[in-house]
Amino acid sequence: MKAKIIITPKKAVLDPQGKTVQTALEHMGYQGIGAVHVGKYLEIEVTGDLETVRKQIDEACHKFLSNPVIEDYKFQIE
Amino acid sequence: MNFAVLQFPASNCDQDAVHVLRNVLGHSARLLWHKETSLGGADAVIVPGGFSYGDYLRTGAIARFSPVMQAVQAFAANGGPVLGICNGFQILCEAGLLPGALIRNRSLQFRCEHVFLKTLTPDSAFTNQVPDGKLLRVPIAHGEGCYFADAETIATLKAQNRILWQYVDAAGQPTDAANPNGSLENIAGVCNERRNVAGLMPHPERAAEDLLGSSDGRLIFASLVHAITTKSLAQAA
Repeated sequence: MKAKIIITPKKAVLDPQGKTVQTALEHMGYQGIGAVHVGKYLEIEVTGDLETVRKQIDEACHKFLSNPVIEDYKFQIE
Repeated sequence: MNFAVLQFPASNCDQDAVHVLRNVLGHSARLLWHKETSLGGADAVIVPGGFSYGDYLRTGAIARFSPVMQAVQAFAANGGPVLGICNGFQILCEAGLLPGALIRNRSLQFRCEHVFLKTLTPDSAFTNQVPDGKLLRVPIAHGEGCYFADAETIATLKAQNRILWQYVDAAGQPTDAANPNGSLENIAGVCNERRNVAGLMPHPERAAEDLLGSSDGRLIFASLVHAITTKSLAQAA
């Protein structure tokens, strides 16, 4: 199985990278560009029964892979 | 006095801290490798600057799980003084010993320059020797020093006088121009509720001798020494 995890900065947190990318896209002439948020994507290969894997990944995201003070996460197991 | 200076893979201000503690202040200081599980009877712990574990994942995120940090957690819970500098501040926040987090500078630049710090309260083990009204001139060197915490946490820090240092201009004003990284409330350093754990992004160990252009940083270490020697820290039995 593979856990696919997406970590993004919380909306309230200043995201200078996202802002810079947004400005660059606008300068390149792309139309209708709104807020950009730059996050992280992780793929973790994992074995075990689905429920245990889900529980473990959720705990790891909360304790280690993301920082709940500044980041949100979501994941799917495939 | 015995200081323990932690050493993680890619710590790079550890020797500077030891130098100041030993050669400038005349205390005993020893380096403690991250795999150690005991602090060896230290009176205080310095978590130095650097790029522990290559800043992988997030700054300080991996270091906080190292064996020595479990000993630091227990030491802090027992009232022992812990000072985190730069990456050390980031590690203490990740470890939950201090509130908030340090994120990418709003300029996206690595900022390496001298700043002025205003000490907001003498009431801590880290600020008691700073003369009233004196601005500290110390260097910063970081890419991820923008202090962030939610509004409720910031309100609590203010109400409990836990913002120890703010970035200010030469006139002592916390202006936006004097804020090198976008930190909320110009925060350069904070302490925990018990006031025995503190962290700051600037480097007092790089400004502890006149030869280096400023010895203001010494006041922070001198405060720590004063707190321990006068036993003003409420140590649990």
